Amino acid sequence: MDENINIELLMGNEAMACGLIEAGCQVVAAYPGTPSTEILQAVADRHGEAREALHVEWSVNEKIAFEVALSASYTGKRSAAIMKQVGLNVAADPFMRSAYLGIKGGMLTIVADDPGPHSSQNEQDTRLFCLQGRVPVFDPASPAEAKELIPIALELGEKYEMLTVLRPATRICHSRQSIERTEITSMARRADFKRDPARWAATPAFLPRLHRELNSKLEAFAAEDVIQPRKIDGDGRYPRSAIVASGIVYSHLVDLLEELGLSGSIDLFQVVVPYPLNPAWIEQLKRDYTRIMVAEETYPVIEMQLCHPGAFGKHSGDIVKEGELTPDVLYIALSHFLSLPATAPAPEENRGQRPSLCPGCGHRSAFYSIKKVFPKGIFPSDIGCYTLGINLKAVDTVHCMGACISQGAGFYQSYVQDQKKDFPTVVVTIGDSTFFHSGITALINAVIQKARIIVVILDNAITAMTGGQPVPHMGINATGAETKAIPIEPLVKASGVEFLECCDPYDNQHFEELLRAADAHIRSPQGSVAVLIARHGCMMQPGVRQQQAHYAISISAACIACRRCVDAFECPALSMDSENGSAVVDQDRCIGCGACIPVCPVAAIKGE
Amino acid sequence: MKQQIIVSGIGGQGVLFLTRVIAQIAVNRNIPVLTSETHGMAQRGGTVLSCIKVGTFASPLIRKGQADLGLILWDANLDVHQGLLRPGGTIVINSQAHGRGIRLDAASMARNLGNAVLTNLVLLGAAVREDKIFCTRKDCEEAIRQLAPSRFVEQNIAAFHLGLEA
Repeated sequence: MDENINIELLMGNEAMACGLIEAGCQVVAAYPGTPSTEILQAVADRHGEAREALHVEWSVNEKIAFEVALSASYTGKRSAAIMKQVGLNVAADPFMRSAYLGIKGGMLTIVADDPGPHSSQNEQDTRLFCLQGRVPVFDPASPAEAKELIPIALELGEKYEMLTVLRPATRICHSRQSIERTEITSMARRADFKRDPARWAATPAFLPRLHRELNSKLEAFAAEDVIQPRKIDGDGRYPRSAIVASGIVYSHLVDLLEELGLSGSIDLFQVVVPYPLNPAWIEQLKRDYTRIMVAEETYPVIEMQLCHPGAFGKHSGDIVKEGELTPDVLYIALSHFLSLPATAPAPEENRGQRPSLCPGCGHRSAFYSIKKVFPKGIFPSDIGCYTLGINLKAVDTVHCMGACISQGAGFYQSYVQDQKKDFPTVVVTIGDSTFFHSGITALINAVIQKARIIVVILDNAITAMTGGQPVPHMGINATGAETKAIPIEPLVKASGVEFLECCDPYDNQHFEELLRAADAHIRSPQGSVAVLIARHGCMMQPGVRQQQAHYAISISAACIACRRCVDAFECPALSMDSENGSAVVDQDRCIGCGACIPVCPVAAIKGE
Repeated sequence: MKQQIIVSGIGGQGVLFLTRVIAQIAVNRNIPVLTSETHGMAQRGGTVLSCIKVGTFASPLIRKGQADLGLILWDANLDVHQGLLRPGGTIVINSQAHGRGIRLDAASMARNLGNAVLTNLVLLGAAVREDKIFCTRKDCEEAIRQLAPSRFVEQNIAAFHLGLEA
């Protein structure tokens, strides 16, 4: 079994983490976001493998992660910043300028896209973002390839002093593959920042030159041998036709052609670097082929650059423009392109069970009370598990990280113009990690603009949605080492908030009293933003359940089948037995938290 | 040897663990393997699906009508995912009701062992018993011992044996 010794079953995200460590990266920073989260998690878990010092951090947001990694590169060391696709929007400002100024030590930005989307607020394409930013982008077709491309991207980045991006899609991040580990590199670099204000602090006077240099470097980069499209020759069955694909879509095509007995029947190109494309290759395609199918996720980035008159793709209208290019969707496209028999139309998609807040989640108790106290309130919310408050009808808007407080303020300003004192109560809900990410600036803005809104910080002391990353008030860092804890309350007070209360939302009665007091405050003559912290640990965290009371939950014959516990409280362990006209408890899913007991109007939910 | 397997359930049922066990068996036997998994919000009690492709494949996704074996942990998911099975493919499903596929009340068996989440390994045992999966009893036991937390190893093995002998 010796030949097996370096083979590990790795998730794509773990494979990329290994790639970063093997390539000698010394500063790696990220903010969690599906599907990218496990990359930094794995770097932290494996940081002991590194041959040199390795700083790993969960930054407070993506912009900060990018800037931390950027300066590490300025000192000549290798670094990486990791985020999901919408995280790059947060980091867009430093990212766009970095294209012009460049880097020193190799700096890789890994941006995980989510075609579908499966767990995101849109399905934007990082490759298009890179085209706009003029940053070379690598598009891996498998977890193994994602790892293999990391040293190539870092080396080319160093050769041209250019930022590079690796764009894995969800199906790379969250796939597992047997992958070979390679030797861990020691770069033996000492931090050595060389002052060059004309570059690192470039004023507009210097930017035309930097822009010109960027454009000429892009041309040279595009011609590098190692990144040229890879070709599998066809046998001539489809003359003057070819397929061009990139990323995971290329792999789907390989399997699909094999399934159909068409492997090696048509010229097939894999584009490894969708931007910048080599102009010589674009010309070659125009010369050698009359028809070209271009298969890529999510936007037609390669197709638009090719400008091929015989293109068959998303831009030409031949391939569906939105959603994931799954093997089933690709089959439809391929069958049109190659005149294969069409398959029967797919039956209506059944999405199955919708997700819910976990049994025992403190957010559920908070949302239940908010909706109960303010049945006509307006409820802006945000990105995290608590988006699922939508199931309890206590979430009206979800936009992007931190938007809820500013949106809440915008609702208030618009209504108060018309209704003076009779404005609707706006109750904003934001998680603790999101509050640190970009809620604080919005809170300061709401205070100085005198927005009379209630902000409920749902504090479960963890970044829960992405699987439990530390938050600044926990006092631990990515590798579990102790650091300074930054509590939420003083931040809220320092932002100018004069009404601040904290309570465990399991105590619905107390929490509802505080919500009413907060409403009285915002409507008082000197009223402004009121902040409530609803604090209850996350049920997914070890030890939280053990530290709270446990009940054996049952439903007594007193149940009047009013459905309140099922509809308004929406615990996945409770459902209606319509035959017997009673609510029932699924004992496999009930965790015995007892949070449903106060919800029943006839005290039919018993806890012992 | 090529085999395409789906594992279907809801978040919290141990779909990911079962996926890892099956993929680890392939690694232990030196067979290439690819999986795709559901992470993120759907893991909060929503429908989740894993695809496992054992043998020489490039893509981690399974196309409709191509799966050889479906391990269905959540009864109601049969409607959602049975279209992935090829004609003649095998379904092993945790269910108390009558219907398509090899059916066993794996959740009750797991509950009797002390934890409903062991439904996943009961179904794996049943698939090995029916000789519908590429691996043997010994392969499974080895991978479970590698991946289960040490204090739960024996309980995990017991759940697998319940399915094997059901």
